[in-house]
Amino acid sequence: MLVPIEWLNDYIDTKDIDITEFCDRMIMSGSNLETCEHFCEEMENVVVGRIDKIERHPDADKLVVCQLNVGAEEPVQIVTGAPNVFEGAYVPVALHKSRIPGPLHGKAKEEGGTKITKGKLRGVESFGMLCSAEELGFEDKVVPVAHKDGIWILEEEYELGMDFAEALGLKQAVVDFEITPNRPDCLAMVGMAREAAATFDRPFSYPDVELEEAGEKEAKDFVSVEIRNPENCKRYVARVVTDVKVEQSPWWLQKRLMYAGMRPINNIVDITNFVMLEYGQPIHAFDINQVKGSKIIVENAADGDKFTTLDENEREMTKDMLMIKDAERSIAIAGVMGGLNSEIEEDTTTIIIESANFNGDSVRATSKKLTLRTEASSRFEKGIDPNLCEAAADRVCKLIEMVGAGKVCKGSVDVYPNPEIAKTINIRVDRINKVLGIDLSREEMVKILEGLEIKVAGEGNIMTVTPPTVRQDLLEEEDYIEEVARIYGYDNLPVTLPKGNNESGKSRERALRDMAREALCSMGLNEIQTYSFVSPKGVDNVRIGEDSWERAFVKLINPLGEENSVMRTILTPNMMEVLARNSSRNIDAVKAFEIGNTFMDNPYSPDNLPDEQYSLCIGMYGKDEDFYSLKGNIVELLKIMGIKDVTFIAESEYGVYHPGRCARIAVPSGRPAPEGMEPEMDELGIMGEIHPDVAENYGMDGMRIYCCELMFDSVVRHADTNIVFSPLPKYPSTSRDIALLVDEDMEVGKIEAVIRANGGNILESVKLFDVYRGKQVEEGKKSVAFALVYRDAEKTLTDEDVAGVHEAVLEALKEKLNAVLREM
Amino acid sequence: MQAQLNRILEEAKSQLQAAETLAQVDEIRVKVLGKKGQLTEILRGMGKLSPEERKVTGQMANSVRAEIEGMLEEKFEAVKKAAKEAQFAAEKIDVTEPGKDINVGVKHPVTITIEEISKVFMNMGFSIVEGPEVETVFNNFDGLNAGPNHPARDMTDTFYITEDILLRTQTSTVQVRTLQKQQPPIKVIAPGRTFRCDTPDATHSPMFHQIEGLVVDEGITMADLKGTLDSFAKQLFGPETKTKFRPHHFPFTEPSAEMDVSCFKCGGKGCRVCKGSGWIEILGCGMVHPNVLKVGNIDTEKYTGFAFGIGVERVAMLKYGVDDIRLFYENDMRFINQFK
Repeated sequence: MLVPIEWLNDYIDTKDIDITEFCDRMIMSGSNLETCEHFCEEMENVVVGRIDKIERHPDADKLVVCQLNVGAEEPVQIVTGAPNVFEGAYVPVALHKSRIPGPLHGKAKEEGGTKITKGKLRGVESFGMLCSAEELGFEDKVVPVAHKDGIWILEEEYELGMDFAEALGLKQAVVDFEITPNRPDCLAMVGMAREAAATFDRPFSYPDVELEEAGEKEAKDFVSVEIRNPENCKRYVARVVTDVKVEQSPWWLQKRLMYAGMRPINNIVDITNFVMLEYGQPIHAFDINQVKGSKIIVENAADGDKFTTLDENEREMTKDMLMIKDAERSIAIAGVMGGLNSEIEEDTTTIIIESANFNGDSVRATSKKLTLRTEASSRFEKGIDPNLCEAAADRVCKLIEMVGAGKVCKGSVDVYPNPEIAKTINIRVDRINKVLGIDLSREEMVKILEGLEIKVAGEGNIMTVTPPTVRQDLLEEEDYIEEVARIYGYDNLPVTLPKGNNESGKSRERALRDMAREALCSMGLNEIQTYSFVSPKGVDNVRIGEDSWERAFVKLINPLGEENSVMRTILTPNMMEVLARNSSRNIDAVKAFEIGNTFMDNPYSPDNLPDEQYSLCIGMYGKDEDFYSLKGNIVELLKIMGIKDVTFIAESEYGVYHPGRCARIAVPSGRPAPEGMEPEMDELGIMGEIHPDVAENYGMDGMRIYCCELMFDSVVRHADTNIVFSPLPKYPSTSRDIALLVDEDMEVGKIEAVIRANGGNILESVKLFDVYRGKQVEEGKKSVAFALVYRDAEKTLTDEDVAGVHEAVLEALKEKLNAVLREM
Repeated sequence: MQAQLNRILEEAKSQLQAAETLAQVDEIRVKVLGKKGQLTEILRGMGKLSPEERKVTGQMANSVRAEIEGMLEEKFEAVKKAAKEAQFAAEKIDVTEPGKDINVGVKHPVTITIEEISKVFMNMGFSIVEGPEVETVFNNFDGLNAGPNHPARDMTDTFYITEDILLRTQTSTVQVRTLQKQQPPIKVIAPGRTFRCDTPDATHSPMFHQIEGLVVDEGITMADLKGTLDSFAKQLFGPETKTKFRPHHFPFTEPSAEMDVSCFKCGGKGCRVCKGSGWIEILGCGMVHPNVLKVGNIDTEKYTGFAFGIGVERVAMLKYGVDDIRLFYENDMRFINQFK
């Protein structure tokens, strides 16, 4: 909301308040500031001049040479290319050595303004420049239609040679306030004046609506109004003006509009816009000759009706759209835009002023359906007080009388079936103090509320309050608490801390996520964060099977694009994208992880929400990485989380990974196994080297990439962060190294399992230390070497003690795995 | 014999002077003092002497022995010291060569910021709670007192899964969940992801993070809100930080405010970061609207509360001087590595 301070001073005198202080205090009372612009500050030596003579430029068809009277004895010669100059025109003249805010035509605005000096244009001397409004710092969109594409031609005569800014009163501040959606009443000069009055505790006055009503007939002689949809049209006020003269508005009116961000067009349009800005009430004007049957009917359109709006677009209407009709046809879309068929023309002599109240939801729906948003529709959408209609209509008429644009007929046609009455409620002094933590007296509160034009009755603790009907946001006690707080000043509220004592905490899941993050970072992995919504193509790129659960997406109805259209089911595709991006930027090694939510549709969930489960994804590439470095990271991570009994099971079917370099990660479920069965396993996730086709899909052809995705909820289920101390060993250990000759495809994990199963309670550890193929090992075989450490907690082991167990181990290896001891 | 002793002493003296290594010193020791050494031999031959002579010679032999032992020890130490010095000289390294690569990973800057903010609030007794990213329209709007025509409900603003299910636009959803689950006293923060239909550019991201805060108890006032958030700002941005509460509007709080902090770059003088104003907007807050408390069947006469919401990326951008929000989700390692 642009508030030109000069205009504001029409209602409340703030002339003695410094503009910075004005802004600061308005901010603190609830009107936040977007900007505060000072117009024409960068203007120097620009004066009022009159073109006394125009001659053609000898060498340029498009230029003319003007002789200007700028109040000096000698005329000033200036060359211009503007098409709209004429002899006798009053214009702004930037003299030699002057400064204008700019920008110059077709150029960028310069900091501190643009300097103008004398020069030669095609050989003819020019001692300055004639200026357009844009060159003097006004945005193109507010330049009056009359001189939109040329030099600023003044309407009135001014003293020649006078400072231009001073002559027209151009130097003033315009404050752009941010209006929150609960305060549509502040989208009006009167509303802002009310706020300023409360903020600075000063009186303010409403606009003058005392009418002369010089028209010969009464409004009702020209038009009747019928509301057929009173739900969506609460009120319709029509006034009639005869002897209309459509011409330019006087400068004071144009100026107010320009500073408030609107382009002056002609007196009638300007006045309707002025009143809209002043009261927040949109006004429409019809040419009475185009209102057939002298009748205005407010009712809905029929499906399929065609209607051409002022912007010359034919639109198709539906039956839920509210229209303004005459006896025969539609003449406007209520609250949105008028029709081309009833537009005010240059020769219009009698007009109907419409000041009506249309339902915001209905206007919003119509404007949305037609994708036609106008200044009027956006105001109706936010809600307007129907009690404004009459004053606004009167004000339009007052201004018409003031500028001599026509004769106002007596009276109005006012259809207002259910007048809006302000909502009176009781609020409590002690409650206000309780919420704000202050001790304000009733008198102080009453003073604040009355400053906002809220009527207060009742006594003692109870205040019976009635707001002005423009304040549609004041409904409940809390709303009044805010009014008291903001005018009293948030700054003046005390600063305390809550008295209660609380213990802080977080869920086990979150604590474990934090723990995993710390652990992975300490191992040299960087954390990444990627979007929760992804492209469904990601699962194609990582070769997820056709009917896999990973494709059961939760889909967005209105995504920004295909690339963010479904919720992710796994993190690996995002990880691949990040690795690919880094690789394409020539980063030669990456170790990264993400801990994030994944989403699965759950038809059985009571609130229809999908299941959200955390997943942990690791991805890495670079010369130091291989399957086992990734595996080492995973084992260490799980160990830190208290999961020590992890098994890796070879997997060759999962499309994401190299079929010979992929493992499912599992732990014993802990559930008792049925008789004679192996203990059940719970899967934690999957890891491996990325399939070369997947790498290729991400433009990482031939690169070795290692990834892992853990279902974090399963990890949480098995995590055990309790630490139990075991005493340090008192007796020495004995170690035995063995090398075994086994078939090439024998898994080390199996050998280790047999060793552990047969090591009795004295086998302390088994560690693989070598895998060898080549000389002295026959084709199709490999040699694997383990270090076994034996120790008894109760005594020093003798050779015999160890030999017994060790023999049993070797025996079992031979028997179960055909693994024979090899000479070392 | 005495002459012999003197000779041994002189000889040992000159030999020791010439010795350079520990082995040479030890050789001299053996030659003189060893089982078959020169001095030992002399002492053995003393039996043949008269008691008087034996006494004199014995005394002299002992003093020679002591002298030689002393010299040996001295020489031994000197040689040892020289050997160590030689070793040190030989083993001198170039300390300016780089250390071995030890690479600790880095948390994502969004995580770091959430952790820092969470730590401040946890120290003030807040617990961390969480809610889902996919939410009901009720928890995101209705339960938070947003009117049926609130513009944020539009499909142009909010991502929908179905008519009743959406991607939460604010972590305030966790307020509703907490109030339905828990009776006062409530003192929680809820960090998490939020989503809005914004096309990504330098200052917009369709996904970003917020931290919600909610305190509900008997006697909670707006002064408590100011005190809590002022303390938060001082802990996060430094003890000199000043705060300013400006009236604002949110459907779920009344009165509502936005909190500015004095610019931590220029200290309030005005600079590029604070756009010359000296203040930076950090969060939205307010007293919980009774309509929201009622969702949790909480007695609004007995209990009052305050709530606040902090934009995580915004804080991170301001704190670290990051000028493009998209950098957070590109995950370029050269970006992330800067937060070590």
